[in-house]
Amino acid sequence: MNQLGMFAALREIIRRDLLLAMRRRSDVLTTVLFFLLVASLFPLGVGPEPAVLRTIAPGVLWVAALLSCLLSLGRLFTADYVDGVLEQMLLIPQPLSVLVIGKVTAHWLISGLPVVLLSPLLGLQFGLSGEALGVLTLSLLLGTPTLSFIGAIGAALTLGVRGSSVLIALLVLPLFIPVLIFGAGAVSSSASGIGAGAHLALLGAGLLLALVLAPWATATSLRIALE
Amino acid sequence: MTALSVTVERGRLLAVTGANGSGKTSLLRMLCGLLPAEQGRILWDGEDVRACRERYLASLIYIGHLNSLKDDLTPVENVTISARLAGEEISEGKTCEALEAVGLVRAIHRLPTRILSQGQKRRVSLARLWVSPRLLWVLDEPFAALDAAATGLLMQQLRAHLNNGGIVIAATHQEIDVGADRLDQLRLAG
Repeated sequence: MNQLGMFAALREIIRRDLLLAMRRRSDVLTTVLFFLLVASLFPLGVGPEPAVLRTIAPGVLWVAALLSCLLSLGRLFTADYVDGVLEQMLLIPQPLSVLVIGKVTAHWLISGLPVVLLSPLLGLQFGLSGEALGVLTLSLLLGTPTLSFIGAIGAALTLGVRGSSVLIALLVLPLFIPVLIFGAGAVSSSASGIGAGAHLALLGAGLLLALVLAPWATATSLRIALE
Repeated sequence: MTALSVTVERGRLLAVTGANGSGKTSLLRMLCGLLPAEQGRILWDGEDVRACRERYLASLIYIGHLNSLKDDLTPVENVTISARLAGEEISEGKTCEALEAVGLVRAIHRLPTRILSQGQKRRVSLARLWVSPRLLWVLDEPFAALDAAATGLLMQQLRAHLNNGGIVIAATHQEIDVGADRLDQLRLAG
Protein backbone atom coordinates (compact mmCIF):
# COMPACT_ATOMS: atom_id res chain seq x y z
CA MET A 1 0.00 0.00 0.00
CA ASN A 2 1.41 3.38 -1.00
CA GLN A 3 1.36 5.33 2.29
CA LEU A 4 2.48 8.55 0.65
CA GLY A 5 -0.44 8.27 -1.76
CA MET A 6 -2.79 7.58 1.13
CA PHE A 7 -1.75 10.74 2.99
CA ALA A 8 -1.91 12.77 -0.21
CA ALA A 9 -5.45 11.53 -0.88
CA LEU A 10 -6.42 12.21 2.76
CA ARG A 11 -5.04 15.76 2.58
CA GLU A 12 -6.72 16.39 -0.78
CA ILE A 13 -10.16 15.22 0.34
CA ILE A 14 -9.99 17.39 3.47
CA ARG A 15 -8.82 20.37 1.41
CA ARG A 16 -11.59 19.81 -1.14
CA ASP A 17 -14.36 19.55 1.46
CA LEU A 18 -13.12 22.67 3.28
CA LEU A 19 -13.02 24.54 -0.04
CA LEU A 20 -16.59 23.44 -0.79
CA ALA A 21 -17.68 24.51 2.70
CA MET A 22 -16.16 27.96 2.12
CA ARG A 23 -18.16 28.20 -1.12
CA ARG A 24 -21.36 27.22 0.72
CA ARG A 25 -20.98 29.21 3.91
CA SER A 26 -24.70 29.09 4.67
CA ASP A 27 -24.47 25.35 5.38
CA VAL A 28 -21.70 25.92 7.91
CA LEU A 29 -23.44 28.89 9.51
CA THR A 30 -26.71 26.94 9.88
CA THR A 31 -25.03 24.39 12.13
CA VAL A 32 -23.21 26.96 14.25
CA LEU A 33 -26.24 29.23 14.55
CA PHE A 34 -28.40 26.27 15.57
CA PHE A 35 -25.96 25.45 18.37
CA LEU A 36 -25.82 29.09 19.47
CA LEU A 37 -29.61 29.52 19.43
CA VAL A 38 -30.49 26.29 21.24
CA ALA A 39 -27.88 26.87 23.95
CA SER A 40 -28.86 30.52 24.33
CA LEU A 41 -32.61 29.95 24.52
CA PHE A 42 -32.42 27.70 27.58
CA PRO A 43 -31.25 30.39 30.05
CA LEU A 44 -34.03 32.62 28.76
CA GLY A 45 -36.64 29.92 29.20
CA VAL A 46 -35.50 28.47 32.51
CA GLY A 47 -34.87 31.79 34.21
CA PRO A 48 -31.88 33.55 35.76
CA GLU A 49 -31.44 31.32 38.84
CA PRO A 50 -27.62 30.63 38.80
CA ALA A 51 -27.79 27.30 40.64
CA VAL A 52 -30.37 25.90 38.20
CA LEU A 53 -28.40 27.12 35.19
CA ARG A 54 -25.17 25.58 36.47
CA THR A 55 -26.97 22.28 37.02
CA ILE A 56 -28.52 22.06 33.56
CA ALA A 57 -25.56 23.55 31.66
CA PRO A 58 -23.65 20.33 30.87
CA GLY A 59 -26.72 18.53 29.56
CA VAL A 60 -28.05 21.48 27.58
CA LEU A 61 -24.73 22.31 25.93
CA TRP A 62 -24.01 18.69 25.09
CA VAL A 63 -27.50 18.07 23.67
CA ALA A 64 -27.20 21.26 21.58
CA ALA A 65 -23.80 20.08 20.26
CA LEU A 66 -25.21 16.63 19.50
CA LEU A 67 -28.24 18.00 17.64
CA SER A 68 -26.14 20.46 15.61
CA CYS A 69 -23.92 17.54 14.57
CA LEU A 70 -27.02 15.56 13.58
CA LEU A 71 -28.27 18.53 11.56
CA SER A 72 -25.20 18.49 9.32
CA LEU A 73 -24.86 14.72 8.90
CA GLY A 74 -27.36 14.49 6.05
CA ARG A 75 -24.99 16.48 3.84
CA LEU A 76 -21.94 14.32 4.52
CA PHE A 77 -22.21 12.05 1.46
CA THR A 78 -25.44 13.08 -0.28
CA ALA A 79 -24.02 15.73 -2.63
CA ASP A 80 -21.12 13.49 -3.67
CA TYR A 81 -23.59 10.65 -4.26
CA VAL A 82 -25.92 12.74 -6.41
CA ASP A 83 -23.24 14.26 -8.67
CA GLY A 84 -21.27 11.03 -9.13
CA VAL A 85 -18.15 12.11 -7.24
CA LEU A 86 -18.65 9.35 -4.67
CA GLU A 87 -18.54 6.78 -7.45
CA GLN A 88 -15.17 8.19 -8.53
CA MET A 89 -13.92 7.96 -4.95
CA LEU A 90 -14.53 4.22 -5.02
CA LEU A 91 -12.15 4.03 -7.97
CA ILE A 92 -9.25 5.77 -6.27
CA PRO A 93 -6.42 3.30 -5.72
CA GLN A 94 -6.47 3.93 -1.97
CA PRO A 95 -8.61 2.29 0.72
CA LEU A 96 -12.06 3.86 0.82
CA SER A 97 -11.81 4.03 4.61
CA VAL A 98 -8.96 6.55 4.25
CA LEU A 99 -11.22 8.80 2.20
CA VAL A 100 -13.97 8.34 4.78
CA ILE A 101 -11.55 9.51 7.49
CA GLY A 102 -10.80 12.56 5.34
CA LYS A 103 -14.45 13.38 4.83
CA VAL A 104 -15.31 12.91 8.52
CA THR A 105 -12.32 15.05 9.54
CA ALA A 106 -13.50 17.82 7.21
CA HIS A 107 -17.04 17.44 8.60
CA TRP A 108 -15.73 17.83 12.13
CA LEU A 109 -13.59 20.85 11.20
CA ILE A 110 -16.65 22.49 9.63
CA SER A 111 -19.36 21.60 12.14
CA GLY A 112 -17.67 20.25 15.28
CA LEU A 113 -14.71 22.55 15.83
CA PRO A 114 -16.79 25.77 15.79
CA VAL A 115 -19.03 24.21 18.45
CA VAL A 116 -15.99 23.35 20.59
CA LEU A 117 -14.59 26.87 20.22
CA LEU A 118 -17.91 28.54 21.05
CA SER A 119 -18.73 26.32 24.01
CA PRO A 120 -16.72 28.27 26.67
CA LEU A 121 -18.52 31.45 25.65
CA LEU A 122 -21.91 29.77 25.94
CA GLY A 123 -20.86 28.11 29.19
CA LEU A 124 -20.43 31.59 30.68
CA GLN A 125 -24.17 32.20 30.11
CA PHE A 126 -24.84 29.31 32.47
CA GLY A 127 -22.41 30.57 35.12
CA LEU A 128 -19.97 27.67 34.79
CA SER A 129 -16.67 28.02 36.66
CA GLY A 130 -13.36 28.34 34.84
CA GLU A 131 -12.47 24.71 35.55
CA ALA A 132 -15.87 23.45 34.37
CA LEU A 133 -15.51 25.50 31.17
CA GLY A 134 -12.16 23.84 30.53
CA VAL A 135 -13.62 20.38 31.07
CA LEU A 136 -16.61 21.25 28.84
CA THR A 137 -14.28 22.28 26.03
CA LEU A 138 -12.09 19.22 26.46
CA SER A 139 -15.07 16.87 26.59
CA LEU A 140 -16.48 18.38 23.38
CA LEU A 141 -13.05 18.19 21.78
CA LEU A 142 -13.01 14.44 22.46
CA GLY A 143 -16.71 13.79 21.95
CA THR A 144 -17.66 15.73 18.81
CA PRO A 145 -15.25 13.83 16.50
CA THR A 146 -16.75 10.61 17.87
CA LEU A 147 -20.22 11.92 16.98
CA SER A 148 -19.00 12.69 13.45
CA PHE A 149 -17.50 9.20 13.01
CA ILE A 150 -20.61 7.44 14.34
CA GLY A 151 -22.87 9.74 12.33
CA ALA A 152 -20.97 8.90 9.15
CA ILE A 153 -22.08 5.28 9.46
CA GLY A 154 -25.71 6.38 9.63
CA ALA A 155 -25.25 8.81 6.74
CA ALA A 156 -23.72 6.07 4.58
CA LEU A 157 -26.38 3.49 5.50
CA THR A 158 -29.21 5.83 4.52
CA LEU A 159 -27.61 7.13 1.33
CA GLY A 160 -30.15 7.41 -1.46
CA VAL A 161 -33.04 6.51 0.84
CA ARG A 162 -36.08 8.78 0.89
CA GLY A 163 -36.51 10.54 4.23
CA SER A 164 -32.94 9.74 5.14
CA SER A 165 -32.58 12.55 7.69
CA VAL A 166 -35.16 10.95 9.99
CA LEU A 167 -33.58 7.53 9.46
CA ILE A 168 -30.12 8.86 10.33
CA ALA A 169 -31.48 10.22 13.61
CA LEU A 170 -33.14 6.89 14.45
CA LEU A 171 -29.96 4.97 13.63
CA VAL A 172 -27.34 7.10 15.30
CA LEU A 173 -29.08 8.67 18.30
CA PRO A 174 -28.89 5.44 20.35
CA LEU A 175 -25.16 5.29 19.57
CA PHE A 176 -24.73 8.94 20.55
CA ILE A 177 -26.14 8.32 24.03
CA PRO A 178 -22.92 7.01 25.67
CA VAL A 179 -21.00 10.01 24.30
CA LEU A 180 -23.68 12.34 25.65
CA ILE A 181 -23.67 10.67 29.07
CA PHE A 182 -19.89 10.72 29.48
CA GLY A 183 -19.53 14.21 27.97
CA ALA A 184 -22.16 15.85 30.14
CA GLY A 185 -21.04 13.69 33.07
CA ALA A 186 -17.50 15.00 32.80
CA VAL A 187 -18.66 18.60 33.21
CA SER A 188 -21.08 17.73 36.04
CA SER A 189 -18.40 15.77 37.88
CA SER A 190 -15.94 18.62 37.53
CA ALA A 191 -18.51 21.14 38.78
CA SER A 192 -19.28 18.98 41.82
CA GLY A 193 -15.58 18.52 42.61
CA ILE A 194 -15.36 14.78 41.88
CA GLY A 195 -13.00 15.19 38.96
CA ALA A 196 -13.62 14.50 35.29
CA GLY A 197 -10.70 12.16 34.61
CA ALA A 198 -12.68 8.95 34.29
CA HIS A 199 -15.31 10.47 32.01
CA LEU A 200 -12.70 12.08 29.78
CA ALA A 201 -10.75 8.82 29.59
CA LEU A 202 -13.89 7.02 28.46
CA LEU A 203 -14.57 9.72 25.85
CA GLY A 204 -11.00 9.28 24.60
CA ALA A 205 -11.44 5.52 24.43
CA GLY A 206 -14.70 6.01 22.54
CA LEU A 207 -12.94 8.27 20.05
CA LEU A 208 -10.19 5.71 19.44
CA LEU A 209 -12.76 2.95 19.00
CA ALA A 210 -14.76 5.09 16.56
CA LEU A 211 -11.58 6.01 14.67
CA VAL A 212 -10.80 2.32 14.14
CA LEU A 213 -14.26 0.89 13.45
CA ALA A 214 -16.37 3.67 11.95
CA PRO A 215 -14.34 4.28 8.74
CA TRP A 216 -14.46 0.59 7.91
CA ALA A 217 -18.21 0.34 8.62
CA THR A 218 -18.89 3.54 6.69
CA ALA A 219 -16.82 2.39 3.68
CA THR A 220 -18.70 -0.93 3.60
CA SER A 221 -22.04 0.89 3.76
CA LEU A 222 -21.01 3.22 0.94
CA ARG A 223 -20.06 0.30 -1.29
CA ILE A 224 -23.45 -1.32 -0.66
CA ALA A 225 -25.27 1.97 -1.34
CA LEU A 226 -23.52 2.37 -4.70
CA GLU A 227 -24.09 -1.16 -5.99
CA MET B 1 -25.61 -11.21 -18.37
CA THR B 2 -24.38 -14.71 -19.17
CA ALA B 3 -21.90 -16.42 -21.49
CA LEU B 4 -19.86 -13.28 -21.95
CA SER B 5 -16.18 -13.60 -22.70
CA VAL B 6 -14.20 -10.80 -24.25
CA THR B 7 -10.54 -9.81 -24.41
CA VAL B 8 -9.35 -6.31 -25.19
CA GLU B 9 -5.75 -5.84 -26.19
CA ARG B 10 -3.53 -2.79 -26.03
CA GLY B 11 -4.13 -0.28 -28.78
CA ARG B 12 -7.71 -1.39 -29.32
CA LEU B 13 -11.12 0.07 -28.58
CA LEU B 14 -14.06 -2.09 -27.58
CA ALA B 15 -17.35 -0.43 -28.46
CA VAL B 16 -20.16 -1.84 -26.33
CA THR B 17 -23.48 -1.34 -28.05
CA GLY B 18 -27.03 -2.49 -27.48
CA ALA B 19 -30.53 -1.25 -26.85
CA ASN B 20 -31.47 0.79 -23.80
CA GLY B 21 -31.47 -1.48 -20.77
CA SER B 22 -29.35 -4.15 -22.43
CA GLY B 23 -26.72 -3.84 -19.68
CA LYS B 24 -24.03 -1.62 -21.21
CA THR B 25 -23.63 0.53 -18.11
CA SER B 26 -23.85 -2.50 -15.82
CA LEU B 27 -21.05 -4.18 -17.77
CA LEU B 28 -18.83 -1.10 -17.52
CA ARG B 29 -19.55 -0.76 -13.79
CA MET B 30 -18.65 -4.43 -13.33
CA LEU B 31 -15.40 -3.88 -15.19
CA CYS B 32 -14.55 -1.04 -12.81
CA GLY B 33 -15.52 -3.01 -9.71
CA LEU B 34 -18.46 -0.75 -8.92
CA LEU B 35 -20.88 -3.64 -9.38
CA PRO B 36 -19.97 -7.16 -8.27
CA ALA B 37 -20.31 -9.94 -10.82
CA GLU B 38 -22.19 -12.93 -9.40
CA GLN B 39 -20.04 -15.35 -11.38
CA GLY B 40 -16.97 -15.24 -13.56
CA ARG B 41 -13.75 -13.31 -13.44
CA ILE B 42 -12.37 -10.07 -14.74
CA LEU B 43 -8.68 -10.28 -15.53
CA TRP B 44 -6.20 -7.44 -15.90
CA ASP B 45 -2.88 -8.40 -17.43
CA GLY B 46 -3.74 -12.05 -16.68
CA GLU B 47 -4.50 -11.45 -13.00
CA ASP B 48 -7.91 -11.33 -11.29
CA VAL B 49 -8.72 -7.67 -10.64
CA ARG B 50 -9.78 -8.53 -7.09
CA ALA B 51 -6.25 -9.76 -6.42
CA CYS B 52 -4.54 -6.73 -7.96
CA ARG B 53 -7.16 -4.12 -7.10
CA GLU B 54 -4.76 -1.27 -6.34
CA ARG B 55 -2.66 -1.81 -9.48
CA TYR B 56 -5.81 -2.19 -11.60
CA LEU B 57 -7.44 0.97 -10.28
CA ALA B 58 -4.18 2.87 -10.80
CA SER B 59 -4.41 1.94 -14.50
CA LEU B 60 -8.09 2.81 -14.89
CA ILE B 61 -10.08 5.93 -15.56
CA TYR B 62 -13.88 5.74 -15.63
CA ILE B 63 -16.17 8.43 -16.91
CA GLY B 64 -19.75 7.46 -16.32
CA HIS B 65 -23.17 8.92 -17.13
CA LEU B 66 -22.72 11.52 -14.41
CA ASN B 67 -20.06 14.16 -14.92
CA SER B 68 -18.73 13.82 -11.35
CA LEU B 69 -18.26 17.57 -11.02
CA LYS B 70 -18.88 19.84 -8.05
CA ASP B 71 -21.01 22.80 -9.12
CA ASP B 72 -19.40 25.08 -6.53
CA LEU B 73 -15.88 24.47 -7.81
CA THR B 74 -14.38 25.91 -10.98
CA PRO B 75 -13.54 23.65 -13.94
CA VAL B 76 -9.83 23.99 -13.06
CA GLU B 77 -10.46 22.97 -9.45
CA ASN B 78 -12.71 20.08 -10.48
CA VAL B 79 -10.18 18.53 -12.85
CA THR B 80 -7.14 19.23 -10.66
CA ILE B 81 -8.71 17.88 -7.47
CA SER B 82 -10.09 14.74 -9.09
CA ALA B 83 -6.70 14.00 -10.67
CA ARG B 84 -4.85 14.59 -7.40
CA LEU B 85 -7.33 12.42 -5.51
CA ALA B 86 -6.61 9.69 -8.02
CA GLY B 87 -2.95 10.02 -7.10
CA GLU B 88 -1.69 12.03 -10.06
CA GLU B 89 0.73 14.94 -9.75
CA ILE B 90 -0.81 17.77 -11.71
CA SER B 91 -0.41 21.52 -11.82
CA GLU B 92 -3.24 23.96 -12.51
CA GLY B 93 -1.34 25.04 -15.62
CA LYS B 94 -1.55 21.53 -17.04
CA THR B 95 -5.26 21.44 -16.20
CA CYS B 96 -5.81 24.70 -18.09
CA GLU B 97 -4.06 23.21 -21.11
CA ALA B 98 -6.34 20.16 -20.93
CA LEU B 99 -9.43 22.34 -20.68
CA GLU B 100 -8.29 24.30 -23.71
CA ALA B 101 -7.70 21.04 -25.53
CA VAL B 102 -11.36 20.11 -25.04
CA GLY B 103 -12.39 23.47 -26.43
CA LEU B 104 -13.05 25.43 -23.24
CA VAL B 105 -11.67 28.95 -23.47
CA ARG B 106 -9.66 30.35 -20.56
CA ALA B 107 -12.40 32.86 -19.69
CA ILE B 108 -14.55 30.10 -18.19
CA HIS B 109 -11.80 28.13 -16.45
CA ARG B 110 -12.26 30.06 -13.20
CA LEU B 111 -16.05 30.35 -13.21
CA PRO B 112 -18.28 28.16 -11.04
CA THR B 113 -19.09 24.96 -12.91
CA ARG B 114 -22.78 25.42 -12.11
CA ILE B 115 -23.13 28.17 -14.73
CA LEU B 116 -21.79 26.02 -17.57
CA SER B 117 -24.05 24.31 -20.11
CA GLN B 118 -24.47 20.51 -20.10
CA GLY B 119 -22.13 20.21 -23.08
CA GLN B 120 -19.47 22.32 -21.38
CA LYS B 121 -19.78 20.27 -18.19
CA ARG B 122 -19.28 17.11 -20.22
CA ARG B 123 -16.15 18.66 -21.73
CA VAL B 124 -14.81 19.45 -18.24
CA SER B 125 -15.47 15.87 -17.20
CA LEU B 126 -13.71 14.53 -20.30
CA ALA B 127 -10.71 16.83 -19.74
CA ARG B 128 -9.52 14.22 -17.25
CA LEU B 129 -8.61 12.09 -20.27
CA TRP B 130 -6.17 14.77 -21.38
CA VAL B 131 -4.37 14.92 -18.01
CA SER B 132 -4.42 11.25 -17.09
CA PRO B 133 -1.64 8.92 -18.19
CA ARG B 134 -3.77 5.86 -17.40
CA LEU B 135 -3.82 2.90 -19.72
CA LEU B 136 -7.46 1.81 -19.57
CA TRP B 137 -10.27 4.26 -20.28
CA VAL B 138 -13.79 3.05 -19.51
CA LEU B 139 -16.27 5.52 -20.94
CA ASP B 140 -20.05 5.44 -20.63
CA GLU B 141 -21.72 7.40 -23.43
CA PRO B 142 -18.75 9.76 -23.75
CA PHE B 143 -20.30 11.67 -26.65
CA ALA B 144 -23.54 12.51 -24.81
CA ALA B 145 -24.29 16.27 -24.85
CA LEU B 146 -21.24 17.03 -27.00
CA ASP B 147 -21.46 19.12 -30.17
CA ALA B 148 -19.72 18.18 -33.43
CA ALA B 149 -16.54 20.09 -32.56
CA ALA B 150 -16.16 18.45 -29.17
CA THR B 151 -16.97 15.04 -30.64
CA GLY B 152 -14.15 15.55 -33.15
CA LEU B 153 -11.70 16.51 -30.38
CA LEU B 154 -12.63 13.45 -28.37
CA MET B 155 -12.23 11.17 -31.40
CA GLN B 156 -8.75 12.63 -31.92
CA GLN B 157 -7.84 12.00 -28.30
CA LEU B 158 -9.14 8.42 -28.47
CA ARG B 159 -7.04 7.77 -31.57
CA ALA B 160 -3.96 9.27 -29.90
CA HIS B 161 -4.51 7.10 -26.83
CA LEU B 162 -4.85 3.95 -28.94
CA ASN B 163 -1.75 4.88 -30.94
CA ASN B 164 0.14 5.10 -27.64
CA GLY B 165 -0.93 1.56 -26.78
CA GLY B 166 -3.86 2.53 -24.57
CA ILE B 167 -7.10 0.58 -24.20
CA VAL B 168 -10.59 2.06 -24.47
CA ILE B 169 -13.88 0.41 -23.57
CA ALA B 170 -16.81 2.63 -24.45
CA ALA B 171 -20.55 2.14 -24.26
CA THR B 172 -22.07 4.22 -27.00
CA HIS B 173 -24.86 4.58 -29.51
CA GLN B 174 -22.57 6.57 -31.78
CA GLU B 175 -20.24 5.34 -34.47
CA ILE B 176 -16.64 5.61 -33.28
CA ASP B 177 -14.17 6.49 -35.99
CA VAL B 178 -10.82 5.17 -34.80
CA GLY B 179 -10.14 2.93 -37.79
CA ALA B 180 -11.53 -0.55 -38.38
CA ASP B 181 -8.18 -2.15 -37.51
CA ARG B 182 -8.40 -0.78 -33.96
CA LEU B 183 -12.09 -1.35 -33.30
CA ASP B 184 -13.81 -4.34 -31.68
CA GLN B 185 -17.56 -4.50 -31.24
CA LEU B 186 -19.58 -6.10 -28.48
CA ARG B 187 -23.33 -6.01 -29.03
CA LEU B 188 -25.40 -6.85 -25.99
CA ALA B 189 -28.78 -8.46 -26.57
CA GLY B 190 -31.63 -6.50 -25.00
